[in-house]
Amino acid sequence: MTLFWVLAAILIASAIWTITANKAVYSVVALLLNFAALAVTYLTLSAEFMAVIQIIVYSGAILMLFVFVIALLSSGVAPLSVGPNRLPKAVAPAIFIVLVAFGFLAYAVLGATAVVAPAAGANLGTVGTAGVFGSVADFGKALFTVHLLPFEITALILMVAVIGVVLLAGDQAPYVATRRHAERVEREMREAILREGR
Amino acid sequence: MAVAISNYVGLSAVMFFIGVAGVLLRRNPLVMLMSIELMFNSANLLFIAFARAWVANAGQIFAFLIITVAAAEAAIGLAIVVATFRDEKNVDVDQVRLLKG
Repeated sequence: MTLFWVLAAILIASAIWTITANKAVYSVVALLLNFAALAVTYLTLSAEFMAVIQIIVYSGAILMLFVFVIALLSSGVAPLSVGPNRLPKAVAPAIFIVLVAFGFLAYAVLGATAVVAPAAGANLGTVGTAGVFGSVADFGKALFTVHLLPFEITALILMVAVIGVVLLAGDQAPYVATRRHAERVEREMREAILREGR
Repeated sequence: MAVAISNYVGLSAVMFFIGVAGVLLRRNPLVMLMSIELMFNSANLLFIAFARAWVANAGQIFAFLIITVAAAEAAIGLAIVVATFRDEKNVDVDQVRLLKG
């Protein structure tokens, strides 16, 4: 219980630090703290594989991507000015949205009768031991048997993302095999052969 | 489980709305993307908390898939930022208004 409140405080504080930091790099550092605390939270929820993935994928891959882009954009000119404060214009709708959302939330949480019934044969044990709920073996078995199709679709999504990133941010003029281009290359080669034969 | 599930719901909601505030209030597209990551993570936290409450694997699997989609989203978003910066020398979301017409 104490651990939960400590983690919740860290999570909320680092989230607020993320969106209020002046420099984007500080936002990344705050987000790193947030993700680390979240990984510990996942461990307390007996999701050990998710905790590891949180560290490897989020902190190791996505945040590094952010750092690289920040380094790329910060070289040379300073692209991000401070600019006018948006808060005064947005504060009324923001308060409205937050009130409505927390109203729904309070309604849902207070009205819910928290009936939590583990499925029959649920195997709940200490985090880190083999063969219990949330262990890597348990997770992998579920992922590759029951949820195989979503997993395969995920591979497709990642491939689309890779192709999209290369198209968006790759070379300025990538080689595209169009018919016109092919005809031009063919004509040039034919002319070169004729020149050489003469 | 010593912690009631409603505590996780509340924590997740607070993190989500901090992310919403970040997207609405900041003009740096990188910080906006990071706020989107915050929102993704609050959803993930909820999935995993409910997976633990029901002792069902599906929540963890779904959170795993969300992480993959979030990785794709971050890569695409950052590529858009880089491409915009290359064209405009400026990634301020208030000044990049080509799509506004």
